[in-house]
Amino acid sequence: MSEYAMLIDYEYCSGCKTCEIACNQEYNREAGKLGGVEVQEFIHFLQSGRLYITNIPHFTKACVFCAGRVKKGLTPACVQHCMANVLVFDTLENLKDKIPENRKALLWTKG
Amino acid sequence: MKNDGVKIIKTTTWSPGPGCHGGCGILVHVKDDKVIKVEGDPDHPWNQGRLCSRCLSMTQYMYHKDRLTKPLKRVGERGQGKFEPISWDEAFDLIEKKMKQIRQDHGPESMIFHQGTGRDIGGWISMLAYAYGSPNWMFGLSGISCYTPRLMMMSITQGDFAVVDAAQWHEKRYDDPEYEIPETVTIWGQNLPATCPDGFFGHWYVDLMKRGTRLMVIDPRCTWIASRAKLWLQLRPGTDAALALGFIHVMIKENLVNMTFIEKWTNAPFLVRTDTPEPILLRETDLAPSGKSTNFVAHDPVSNEFVIWDSDNQTYSRKDTTPSMDGEFTISLTDGTRIPVKTVWRMYKENVEEYTPQKVSRITWVPEDKIVQGARMYAKSSPSALHWGLPIDTIPSTIPTSQAVNHLWCLSGNLDNPGGNAIARYAYDVVTYPYHSGGSILSLPPEVAEKRIGINDYGPIKDFRAWAQPDKVLEQIFTKKPYEIKGMWIQTANPLACTGMEPQKWHKAIKQLDFTVCVDLFMTPTAMLCDVILPAATFLEKDSLKAWWVPLQAIKKVVEVDECKSDIEINLELSKRFMKDFPYDNTRDLFDSLLKSAGITYQQLCDNTWMIPPKGHSSRPYYRHEKGLLRADGKPGFRTPSGKIELFSSWLEKWQLAPMPYHEEPPYSPVSTPDLFKEYPLILTTGRRMGPFFHSEHRQIPWLRAQQKEPVLEIHPDTAQKYGITHGQKVCVENWLGKITVKALVTPVIHPDIVMAEHGWWFPEKEGAEPSLFGVWDVNVNQLIPMGHEGKGGLGSPIKSMLCKVYKAKG
Repeated sequence: MSEYAMLIDYEYCSGCKTCEIACNQEYNREAGKLGGVEVQEFIHFLQSGRLYITNIPHFTKACVFCAGRVKKGLTPACVQHCMANVLVFDTLENLKDKIPENRKALLWTKG
Repeated sequence: MKNDGVKIIKTTTWSPGPGCHGGCGILVHVKDDKVIKVEGDPDHPWNQGRLCSRCLSMTQYMYHKDRLTKPLKRVGERGQGKFEPISWDEAFDLIEKKMKQIRQDHGPESMIFHQGTGRDIGGWISMLAYAYGSPNWMFGLSGISCYTPRLMMMSITQGDFAVVDAAQWHEKRYDDPEYEIPETVTIWGQNLPATCPDGFFGHWYVDLMKRGTRLMVIDPRCTWIASRAKLWLQLRPGTDAALALGFIHVMIKENLVNMTFIEKWTNAPFLVRTDTPEPILLRETDLAPSGKSTNFVAHDPVSNEFVIWDSDNQTYSRKDTTPSMDGEFTISLTDGTRIPVKTVWRMYKENVEEYTPQKVSRITWVPEDKIVQGARMYAKSSPSALHWGLPIDTIPSTIPTSQAVNHLWCLSGNLDNPGGNAIARYAYDVVTYPYHSGGSILSLPPEVAEKRIGINDYGPIKDFRAWAQPDKVLEQIFTKKPYEIKGMWIQTANPLACTGMEPQKWHKAIKQLDFTVCVDLFMTPTAMLCDVILPAATFLEKDSLKAWWVPLQAIKKVVEVDECKSDIEINLELSKRFMKDFPYDNTRDLFDSLLKSAGITYQQLCDNTWMIPPKGHSSRPYYRHEKGLLRADGKPGFRTPSGKIELFSSWLEKWQLAPMPYHEEPPYSPVSTPDLFKEYPLILTTGRRMGPFFHSEHRQIPWLRAQQKEPVLEIHPDTAQKYGITHGQKVCVENWLGKITVKALVTPVIHPDIVMAEHGWWFPEKEGAEPSLFGVWDVNVNQLIPMGHEGKGGLGSPIKSMLCKVYKAKG
């Protein structure tokens, strides 16, 4: 299987939204309209009463996994520029070995 | 050059554009002399391919329709917004004529050279001020409350600056065998992932977390990084000194300090006179008329005699002594008087005795058990690194606060060790941003230097930093005493929207001057008031260099945009016009001269793009105090008057300031102004960082502005409910100085008794002409913060610890 997918080690996503702008630049998208990725913030109280903030990059309808860049041997624009290095782009097969231990992660596939 | 006509150029960032303190390596894609894309450089050790939102938006910034692209001359009234384009020759001629007239009629000191936050401007604006002949080079933030207090305190305590070692001195970064991952990093008052702090890359802490570093975060807000910390201490703004002293109290009580390091490297064994009204260090001159006042005295426990510490030779008069650390003695002065003395260490312990966890908890609102836990976590970790932020500067008691926090790494021995707080010097000692007038490109004769505003009011202003004191400058513009201020050169600054507290006063001050120039990239509320506006280049349109702290790197001119010129070229051209025999013909000459200590030319630097000093160089860690790499004489020790880390500071003693740290209440607080607090029952803190914007910049960049459209006030859900405020509603934030109207962001990340207002807001899309000035008066929170509340050394101001009330806005 050589289908590409995106693994998101979101526990380390700081919510800086750099991925959104990297995508905008790559496709010269119009500001204010849907880009390929949008970061969602969740603020939760854990059972202990502790505040916990989770950021999740959500890959939208507009995302094409940067097919053009990947063809040239580059990583998608958001993957390269992610300040927290939480996006891993690879084939589904290779990603199996890259799933982080001891914490949850998300896998986005193209379907 | 690729076959699609795109050229890719490797360069590095600093200031105009992303606006930040720079450091990242980038690959710039150029087609037909136009930048079409900017990407991170995977080969650069600083960012390793990553790049922030602001730099990724460079194309929108550079080619923005509102970019200033030609010099402008005011043709209407000040503030009316009527300007006409003129040529560079006309602009330079006009500026030369007007400023020379002021110099001739009123003296060069009547011209202020006003910069914003430190980035690449320090070297070039001081060059222009000194070429013109004015000592009044100034950063306009009240109390110079941005890094300068911390830098000053580090400089006088340990002789050098220090920053967290995140392996930035190693090409291979975290994988370098010499490096150690910090066991704990304490982040004191900074939201790192949302900021690019001075000489640092915020996300390095995410890299370290992944490699096992635990975090302690000290912040009134639960930021994302605070929510990921092992320990989060939610302190009351402005009480940082008390918390640090509480840590020190616990560390001493529980014997968690590094006594071997303290005995060897600090002035803890020195003796202090207690017969004087305030304790002062005992000096050799007290014991013998022939002695030196720079030498100190300690007690030798074996012989029970006193020994002299020779600061020049860095030795005790009895070579084999291990001086007493803890004790009280009686000693005879030259006139035979017997006086009581104590060791610094005894005095130091007495000084922190009162800061029990119980008392500190009352002051800071941090629970007692967490104070103890925090002290243990910091002190028991090895290596343990401490990263501090702006809140340490933005309080009038910044000097004792910086000192107390600085002492944490001195008492635990985490100084210049791998993974601790490494001593930070300019790479290869190349000075692109001078602190003292001595390090600047030009110098001033003493009789001119003495006219610098604030120099006679404050010791640290006189001796540490070459800036005029901004609160005193503003005062002098109105009082005209001891001399009149006639003009202002404003470059990289927007005091009406950003650096100016009580901006109403700056507005009035700037408008009443005879002649003002603003150098900027976009029209701003401040530029609207000026007589001449010069269009500056972004970092992709200029040649420059950076050495802050590491690597030493080149910033290369990639393209030109219309008639925009670099700050350096602008200042160099005018310097030539103002100064006979100005020593540099062009920027290359200037850069080559600055690079002398690195032994290379600017061309060689450009060929390398970036360079990290080799192992063994005095601008690269580690343990340089042991190797004799810090002091000019090559002896082990530090660059302080005694050569020791001065826990009891001889500099503070000289400036008649308390030589040891203490807590002081902010000037407006529930404790210091309880009556005012009844009327204004919320603590107003400001300045939290916003990812898409650098201070007052970037509001006109579409991609960035789309991430946040307008300013918000963070308010806790319980507090919001109490005042009938709902999320997203417009609220008024008001105190006795002023009022703003912003949107409520109801969030549990903030303490219920504190509200956080954003700074730097104005609306480039709104009417620029007065009275609107791009809507700045509706939203600029600095209207609620006073000028003239600088701390005892002329440093610090209450920017993050004011009082206010909040209520629903009408309509």
